[in-house]
Amino acid sequence: MSKAIVATTSLAGCFGCHMSILDIDERILDLIQLVEFNKSPIDDIKTFTKQCDIGLIEGGCCNSENVHVLKDFRKHCNILISLGECAIMGGLPAMRNGIPIKECLREAYLTGPSVTANTEHIIPNDPELPMLLDKVYPCQEIVKIDYYLPGCPPTADLIWETLVALLKGTEINLPYEVIKFD
Amino acid sequence: MKTSISDIIDRYGNDPSRLMDILLDIQEEIGYIPEEINQKIADQLGISKAELVETISFYHFFSNKPLGKYHVYLNNSVTAEMMGREKVKQTFEEEAGIKFGNVSGDGLIGLYDTSCIGMCDQEPAAIINGVIFKDLTPFRIKEMVKYMRQGMPVNEMCRQNYGDGNNSSDLVQAVVSNNIRLKGTVVWDQYSPGEGLQKAIAMKPAEVIEEIKKSNLRGRGGAGFPTGLKWEFCTKAMETERYIFCNADEGEPGTFKDRVILTELPRLVFEGMAIAAYAVGAKSGVLYIRYEYKYLRKHLENALEELRKENLLGKDIAGRKGFDFDIRIQYGAGAYVCGEESALIESAEGKRGEPRDRPPFPVDKGYKEKPTIVNNVETLAKVTKIMKKGSEWFLSLGTKESAGTKLMSISGDCRYPGVYEIEWGHSIYDILEMVGAEEVQAVQVGGPSGTLIGPNQLPRHLGYEDLGTGGALIIFHESRDLLKEVVMNYTEFFIEESCGSCSTCRNIPVLLKDKLQKILDGHGVVQDIDDLLDWSKPLKISRCGLGHTAANPIVTSIQNFRHLYEKRVLRDREFETGFNLADSVRESCEAAGRPANI
Ligand SMILES: Cc1cc2nc3c(=O)[nH]c(=O)nc-3n(C[C@H](O)[C@H](O)[C@H](O)COP(=O)(O)O)c2cc1C
Ligand code: SF4
Ligand code: SF4
Ligand code: FES
Repeated sequence: MSKAIVATTSLAGCFGCHMSILDIDERILDLIQLVEFNKSPIDDIKTFTKQCDIGLIEGGCCNSENVHVLKDFRKHCNILISLGECAIMGGLPAMRNGIPIKECLREAYLTGPSVTANTEHIIPNDPELPMLLDKVYPCQEIVKIDYYLPGCPPTADLIWETLVALLKGTEINLPYEVIKFD
Repeated sequence: MKTSISDIIDRYGNDPSRLMDILLDIQEEIGYIPEEINQKIADQLGISKAELVETISFYHFFSNKPLGKYHVYLNNSVTAEMMGREKVKQTFEEEAGIKFGNVSGDGLIGLYDTSCIGMCDQEPAAIINGVIFKDLTPFRIKEMVKYMRQGMPVNEMCRQNYGDGNNSSDLVQAVVSNNIRLKGTVVWDQYSPGEGLQKAIAMKPAEVIEEIKKSNLRGRGGAGFPTGLKWEFCTKAMETERYIFCNADEGEPGTFKDRVILTELPRLVFEGMAIAAYAVGAKSGVLYIRYEYKYLRKHLENALEELRKENLLGKDIAGRKGFDFDIRIQYGAGAYVCGEESALIESAEGKRGEPRDRPPFPVDKGYKEKPTIVNNVETLAKVTKIMKKGSEWFLSLGTKESAGTKLMSISGDCRYPGVYEIEWGHSIYDILEMVGAEEVQAVQVGGPSGTLIGPNQLPRHLGYEDLGTGGALIIFHESRDLLKEVVMNYTEFFIEESCGSCSTCRNIPVLLKDKLQKILDGHGVVQDIDDLLDWSKPLKISRCGLGHTAANPIVTSIQNFRHLYEKRVLRDREFETGFNLADSVRESCEAAGRPANI
């Protein structure tokens, strides 16, 4: 059986979901028997080099770059999975969604109590920088997402079970402990 | 300041359970509830500041900022929109020079939206400094803003005649119309105070309950629970200190019949409360009435006073030794959910109007943890008549399962909006003909929490066996855009009015609204329609009826008008989000002063 190709990325996330992928511990040895990583922080491949079977997305979209990366993933991955609360709902970054973006920027760069070094009073405006979106969008509000793995982060077991089920075409084993959160 | 804060609190015996009254009085006195005095209020009542702020922040009409010397609350219900609210709103904004949700720089005028003021048959309507203004037009608004600039007192601004019936009495003096279009044989039949109560006290309390049970009277507040059974449950509770509540919160958009009953026949309702009190052995009662009906206050107080004078309230009522009962009036402060019986009780105890977990039900543990009966205004009015004329007579009206009559509040696209008392069992079709409605596209039965039905369902009958209802019918003409004008408005109503305790009720309606908006914006796909239905389901696990019904506008409109949704969704693709990068970065680029390089 040829190895399945997996890509992963972290958008507006904290990398906790990626840490959870690594939490599969020694099972990672089994995993690399089954898959080959393409674009992913795990192997540091920066651009897609081929079409992938599975894409794992951590984090929602808070800026234009996130949107481009997410759309790129949709194009290059046959199956796209939202990994964790941030990708599914926006998560902690979406706490800003109730506040108009102009107010957020003003607070962050001009008027906030911790702003001391910005003597020129500018909101970062280099055209090279990604542009902030008006709010943080969960992934499915930008592209079609095929599966959602809940949790903050989803447990290593859940990630493992999902990948194995997808790769082997078997039914996923979802014991209660894996999907309960309190 | 005329009265000091501490005098106001003293007036209520420094009792924190009277916090609603205290806050209403303070707001009346100062115009708002300044944050600086929170600590003082809390200290005098012996509660924490956090407890105080919990209550203040819950209610729409409490404010910690000045509201404007003239504060305008303009209703934003569907019927208001249909009758021309948008133009009225624009004129207000232009003339006052501010947007809704703001106070003018000079502090003169504050403009606010509000959810429902119980005037659907005379929209667009607004409450300005507690005074009701109806049938508003841009012309009137221009005049009124001019008067405001001249400093004219609000009640002098009413250029219409006072309304019919008691609306024009000295104690009310409101331009509100009763619009009683059909006087039925139960509520509006000749009434002489005391007759029902006399009959009751000639019987044993258990016999009174038996009579109400035999009459098959069911609650007129919406849920239709058998009234006699509720009373019987109350008598089975261990505690003997018991309370009678009359629910006059009437917050369901499109419902205004309780206002008319209380305007014309308050004593009929209070007498019903006294009969209930006799039946279950209660000594005190509370009329919980919505803030929007504050203009009825003196009139209602006066009715109570008259009853006391006639010994139909007070001590040894109607000469019966040991039968003591009195009623106080509790005003709310703007919250639809306070119509839910346990939220109503919380509110009357001075707290946030958040529904309680049930069981225990109020009949076991209600007001102050004591057994409490909560009945709707109309239910209690009917109790009095049933006592007077007997259950046989009541059973002879209506249908087998739905005895008696129902007061219907009818509004929307029809020639004769108003209040109709009709026997259960009539078809919607016949009613529409009676009220002068033509080319009807849809009828909302029971307000937003009810059902939106289409022309093929007009033969359906009013009654618990088919269409049970709290009594609102809102009619929509063929020319209306049901999804945009009606379903969206109702969904927003529930979002605004959710108390926020349950994650389902707090979140799902917002998701549904966004999806509906997506469809309205032309980005919907077929899957979105099914998602709307699926996503509504978890609402059923919410704590109270508000959450249970919050998706009804969407669900029933999909059930009965699916073609309207299908017409609007994209057929050529399975997936579409409508996300537009250029739109979503516009504001941040503006703020940073940089080009958007998409
Ligand atoms: C969100 C919500 C709002 C309600 N509003 C009212 C109301 O305004 N008036 C009313 O009588 N009942 C209202 N009810 C129903 C009451 O909880 C209760 O069933 C009713 O007052 C009982 O009286 P009845 O048996 O005489 O109808 C509401 C229920 C819910 C869930
Ligand atoms: S879901 Fe939790 S762990 Fe994953 S990126 Fe978001 S915050 Fe981090
Ligand atoms: S269902 Fe809604 S209104 Fe009712 S208790 Fe829950 S959050 Fe509050
Ligand atoms: S909004 Fe019209 S009666 Fe309440």
